[in-house]
Amino acid sequence: MSASAVFVLDLKGKVLICRNYKGDVDMAEIDHFLPLLLQQEEEGLLSPAITRGNVHFLWIKHSNLYLVATTNKNSNAALVYAFLYKLVEVFTEYFKELEEESIQDNFVVVYELLDELMDFGFPQTTDSKILQEYITQEGNKLEVAKSKVPTTVTNAVSWRSEGIKYKKNEVFIDVIESINVLVNANGSVMSSDIVGSIKLKTMLSGMPELRLGLNDRVLFTLTGRDKGKSVAMEDVKFHQCVRLSRFENDRTISFIPPDGESELMSYRINTHVKPLIWIESVIERFSHSRVEIMVKAKGQFKKQSVANNVEIKVPVPSDADSPKFKTSTGHAKYVPEKNLVVWTIKSFPGGKEFLMRAHFGLPSVENDEKEAKPPITVKFEIPYFTVSGIQVRYMKIIEKSGYQALPWVRYITQSGDYQLRTNS
Amino acid sequence: MTDSKYFTTNKKGEIFELKAELNNEKKEKRKEAVKKVIAAMTVGKDVSSLFPDVVNCMQTDNLELKKLVYLYLMNYAKSQPDMAIMAVNSFVKDCEDPNPLIRALAVRTMGCIRVDKITEYLCEPLRKCLKDEDPYVRKTAAVCVAKLHDINAQMVEDQGFLDSLRDLIADSNPMVVANAVAALSEISESHPNSNLLDLNPQNINKLLTALNECTEWGQIFILDCLSNYNPKDEREAQSICERVTPRLSHANSAVVLSAVKVLMKFLELLPKDSDYYGTLLKKLSPPLVTLLSGEPEVQYVALRNINLIVQKRPEILKQEIKVFFVKYNDPIYVKLEKLDIMIRLASQANIAQVLAELKEYATEVDVDFVRKAVRAIGRCAIKVEQSAERCVSTLLDLIQTKVNYVVQEAIVVIRDIFRKYPNKYESIIATLCENLDSLDEPDARAAMIWIVGEYAERIDNADELLESFLEGFHDESTQVQLTLLTAIVKLFLKKPSETQELVQQVLSLATQDSDNPDLRDRGYIYWRLLSTDPVTAKEVVLSEKPLISEETDLIEPTLLDELICHIGSLASVYHKPPNAFVEGSHGIHQHSADQFAIMKQYFSVLQVWLPATKAKGLEIAGTFSRRQGHMYMDMTFINKALQHMTDFAIQFNKNSFGVIPTTPLPIHTPLMPNQSIDISLPLSTIGPVMKMDPLNNLQVAVKNIIDVFYFSCLIPLNIFFVEDGKMERQVFLVTWKDIPNENELQYQIKECHLNADTVSGKLQNNNIFTIAKRNVEGQDMLYQSLKLTNGIWILAELRIQPGNPNYTVTNPFFSTDIVFAAHIARSE
Repeated sequence: MSASAVFVLDLKGKVLICRNYKGDVDMAEIDHFLPLLLQQEEEGLLSPAITRGNVHFLWIKHSNLYLVATTNKNSNAALVYAFLYKLVEVFTEYFKELEEESIQDNFVVVYELLDELMDFGFPQTTDSKILQEYITQEGNKLEVAKSKVPTTVTNAVSWRSEGIKYKKNEVFIDVIESINVLVNANGSVMSSDIVGSIKLKTMLSGMPELRLGLNDRVLFTLTGRDKGKSVAMEDVKFHQCVRLSRFENDRTISFIPPDGESELMSYRINTHVKPLIWIESVIERFSHSRVEIMVKAKGQFKKQSVANNVEIKVPVPSDADSPKFKTSTGHAKYVPEKNLVVWTIKSFPGGKEFLMRAHFGLPSVENDEKEAKPPITVKFEIPYFTVSGIQVRYMKIIEKSGYQALPWVRYITQSGDYQLRTNS
Repeated sequence: MTDSKYFTTNKKGEIFELKAELNNEKKEKRKEAVKKVIAAMTVGKDVSSLFPDVVNCMQTDNLELKKLVYLYLMNYAKSQPDMAIMAVNSFVKDCEDPNPLIRALAVRTMGCIRVDKITEYLCEPLRKCLKDEDPYVRKTAAVCVAKLHDINAQMVEDQGFLDSLRDLIADSNPMVVANAVAALSEISESHPNSNLLDLNPQNINKLLTALNECTEWGQIFILDCLSNYNPKDEREAQSICERVTPRLSHANSAVVLSAVKVLMKFLELLPKDSDYYGTLLKKLSPPLVTLLSGEPEVQYVALRNINLIVQKRPEILKQEIKVFFVKYNDPIYVKLEKLDIMIRLASQANIAQVLAELKEYATEVDVDFVRKAVRAIGRCAIKVEQSAERCVSTLLDLIQTKVNYVVQEAIVVIRDIFRKYPNKYESIIATLCENLDSLDEPDARAAMIWIVGEYAERIDNADELLESFLEGFHDESTQVQLTLLTAIVKLFLKKPSETQELVQQVLSLATQDSDNPDLRDRGYIYWRLLSTDPVTAKEVVLSEKPLISEETDLIEPTLLDELICHIGSLASVYHKPPNAFVEGSHGIHQHSADQFAIMKQYFSVLQVWLPATKAKGLEIAGTFSRRQGHMYMDMTFINKALQHMTDFAIQFNKNSFGVIPTTPLPIHTPLMPNQSIDISLPLSTIGPVMKMDPLNNLQVAVKNIIDVFYFSCLIPLNIFFVEDGKMERQVFLVTWKDIPNENELQYQIKECHLNADTVSGKLQNNNIFTIAKRNVEGQDMLYQSLKLTNGIWILAELRIQPGNPNYTVTNPFFSTDIVFAAHIARSE
């Protein structure tokens, strides 16, 4: 069905830890993994699924580790990758960082987790908050109190335990929108979309029932409200806790939230967005002598808003030298190891326009290898504002003990995959 | 202090020391020692000699220690099967423990100890755990059944565990249901009796209820299982779709893909003109697009599947071309897949954008990606006629860049464009010729040569150009040599006066100086043609070429349908059916593939008709085939004796169809020991007729210098179906009506998962023709005819119910034998 065995390898292909779930693939096969991967990379044919004989390696890479699943069946590949990423998530929540050292420092827990996360190739309980209730890092504590299975594991509500208590009941809601833009060298927007995410930090006692109200256009149409200020979401994805059939029926977002931090939902909006920070660039290359770069950045959002921590990354040729910069605001820095100029502007008010000029020398003997043409990329954050206009209309919190709870909402818009191709 | 300290002991006598520590009186010391053992195991040291000492630590109330000991057991039990028995008692005891965590741990570990001797001891504890009051134990026990089945399938069946698993589908706990489904699916994959998962409407309903409540992974198990169900009618299909659709909003991408699989499969059963069908199609697009904002590996799986979906139902994503535009930082495997899908979605409506993108990609640095982008421009030109001119000028721009591999790739696609639109873009030939010298790849050289030959009359110096290739003729690849030969012959036919010498030269190079048989054959053919009949030569060589098709790389429809049933799995990633890469797979939905495989075998694989032991060393294997309207008996004769064999002859007994060989056995040289010879014996049906039993039985006698040998074989009936077996529609109608009802015969063909069109196509390949097709109450009715070599017509009505793998065939005919015969032919 999915994985026969799961391995964690270091960059040299050495097995740090592994777990054989089914015993139908020789564990020694893993020795072939890295050589095959390197060979594929060399040939430019790299693929996330590598085959050798009748063994398939499905792999992902995380910091300095490879996580690999082997199988000799027609496994559900989507499930395997989702599971490997889940492994990373669980390990990271357990050990803060997932890397070679943390695996070695915690090998007993890692074995315990591998035993609990998957059985005979079938993923089981993978919610780290629940796992932490009965697989703890300090094994000594374990024998005293927590050696019972939390009923949560097999409950229909498998993400929240009973008996949670807070003195002050609060929910913090973050609405974060990321803008993806791809602009052609001639300045036309090739594609753009908004990926939104609603994150919760729940500090509520008991088993509260929550209902989130958004200015969702489909809902407004259903209930016959004015469509003026509503937002049409192209696709919505929910956390396990949200009742999907209910949403499908009447667009109600109802759920019992996980405790603490979680991503409640994400959505995608396909409307044509005006790039919030518009870049015009002229990169002139005078062979054998110099490169002149002029970048103009314009804030195309409301005057009252301010974009923070703006970073504009402009590519330069790899053989450029002796940089000189002039900026109308912020400061520019040359990062030779990445062949970039990074122009940083701490605070960028809406409607303003700034300019940066850069000058680089080029060697007289030219590198005749063709160079890649990376795009200009932009990073920014605009608080108190969503580009789509999405709003949390209400968050209803009902718990049988009848406490009052306060929802807090925060909006933020940021850059996602924000690329502008250049002509040079 | 972290666990890393356990890895540091590296001195001599380590094992000895560990042994002592494992037997220490203090509990804490023993636990430390086990940790050291596991650490040693993790780094690959062999600590199997400590087996008895570690097992001694098993009896403990410390859960962490117990888990470590179990882990050790799983790793080493196989290498120490006798000692593994020692652990059995502990397992049995732990399965009775008041703590469900320990009961589950024991039942989970037990199944992982793959030692045959132990398994029988596990049956009783497992039986109890399957009925445990705690769902955590039950869900673990459910999986354990699958584990045990893997070790000893017979025992699992005998002990009634499969029934217990089936009972768990009705369990009150959704996690237990999900694991039971997963276990049953896993077992049925290796089980010949695939009716394990009794998918009836009641069970389906239970699964759909559990779907709303179980974990994300459980949802995947259930969805994957649902996709194997065949709803009885469109109403049931629709109601399942309605309950599956909400899963498209799940955050887990694998849940989404499994839901897409169910929906894509059931869409087939819904009437295309219903409102629901349209709504459902619209709902599929957004989640597919969203998958592209996932991790790169998830994107890759999504893209490979979208590639299939786009071929099956292009309408789903036709508006979404932009999301497939390549980003600079996409991994190469994502880039290449996106490019593929862009071409599939290219249409007149979006071609301008697509071309602009492709041109951008063609100036990137990654060679493979750039090549594919250039090729894509060519494919757009062929696919979207209105864009051809734009594509050609884009390609010319790219040729001007003089980047070597871009130029070569461009020339290859321009040849295809010339093939598709003859006499339209020849004005660019001059530009192409300028780049002649830079072409060093066989594909590009061959393409250029083809162009020069094809348009020789418009290129003034065509002879010079082609002559320049001739110098290094023998160093060229076969492809280039063949093309060059043809091109010069074309040139000669167009400009005979100036190129006589050139053609002589190439013909002699091809025929006299080459050892390549293909090249020599072609050379001789041209030579004879040119020397005997130049007019015919012109007709042959300069004939009009068939147009090339737009979509050359579409996946064959039956394979596509099969792959759609495997959305999300490795098969969908590789675009190969599971049986192409999994040993001994017979999944639930692989019947059609299996049947297909059998059918292929039937035709191509030789059967041993006469084993060497029965014929004094002569072995004959063979099969029958029908090629270009003639019947053949294809045989391989092998001499396994120590002496050579000569004087071969063959004779048939009288048979039902009057089959006789039309020539003597074509073996003219002695067959030496260990030598074999392949022959093809042409057959006809003009011989004496005698009814055989079974009807298609053929008795054969073969003689050689040693003795005479007899054997019999079965002739597949489809070789008797003649090419002109398509009855006139009117005649068909009249004949059909005239046949009295009592002559009608009905039977079913089981487990055939093909739709009407595919069936029709497959049958036509075997000369069974579809005369008419109509749709009655959701059933496809195919009316067919075939004609046998003896002139007998057979008519049939084939009824196909969507979703029902069993076909009903009605044969209004008189001879039951013939009906039986037709049945055999069809069930292939």
